Amino acid sequence: MGRESRLRIKTLVMVLAMVVCANTGDLLLKRGMTNIGAVEFSGGGLAHAFRLTVTNPVIWLGILFLLGFMICYMTVLSWADYSYVMPAGAFGYALLTFLAVVFLHESVSPRRWVGVVLICIGVLLVGQTKPRTTEVVVPQQKVVA
Amino acid sequence: MTATFLLLALFLASSTGGEIAMSYGVKATGEPKRLRPKEILQFLGRAVCNGWFWVGIPLMAFSFYALLILLSWQPISFVIPASALTNVVGTLGAKYILKEEVNTARWAGVILVCIGVALVSMDSIPVR
Repeated sequence: MGRESRLRIKTLVMVLAMVVCANTGDLLLKRGMTNIGAVEFSGGGLAHAFRLTVTNPVIWLGILFLLGFMICYMTVLSWADYSYVMPAGAFGYALLTFLAVVFLHESVSPRRWVGVVLICIGVLLVGQTKPRTTEVVVPQQKVVA
Repeated sequence: MTATFLLLALFLASSTGGEIAMSYGVKATGEPKRLRPKEILQFLGRAVCNGWFWVGIPLMAFSFYALLILLSWQPISFVIPASALTNVVGTLGAKYILKEEVNTARWAGVILVCIGVALVSMDSIPVR
């Protein structure tokens, strides 16, 4: 397998892991924040919301998934372009819409479905381009005297 | 609705700025040789020693809390697609700050993603 193909495959695998972690995390955060209720946009309201969020286990589980997302994201950005990874990550909209319908019972209109389809075509277009267009950085090795 | 859009704008600015700083930092760090837990941990250790990482983190932390508030105000199917507007700002940042080569196909992809996001977002704004 060529270097370019290997780079593309490992980038796509990481982007997929990133999308799954991000969407699961977002969904859990939505569950947690819905339990807390609407946040009042004032000093006292924000402080109260902060206390409630840090004591909510569903929010912590969501944060754990978002931490997984962060690790995948940092790792993939170390070799792939930011302008490649970021739109490719938008593949999650298809997954997110599906999850929102199934688990949160949100209604999805035909217009929103068209939007999701356009996003997917856009992601496929970005996926056709080279994952890396900037120079490769080789980490410095310790020299043993 | 004004408060929602104001917070969304703050979220987009902080999120994109943070990610561009972090992207610059992890690229300077160098990628892990293999995707094994030990080497990924070593890579993360090197990355957190990079100054750009610590420029990105406060911005991303702010954007995270802004996202939490947005999620409590609006449905997830509005908030998350709307947050994808970072694609436009981020692509411009990648081209002019990170000096990435953004060709026609990549721009076309980003524009399609944004039209899709606009459709999804327009459909989700509740009437009050």
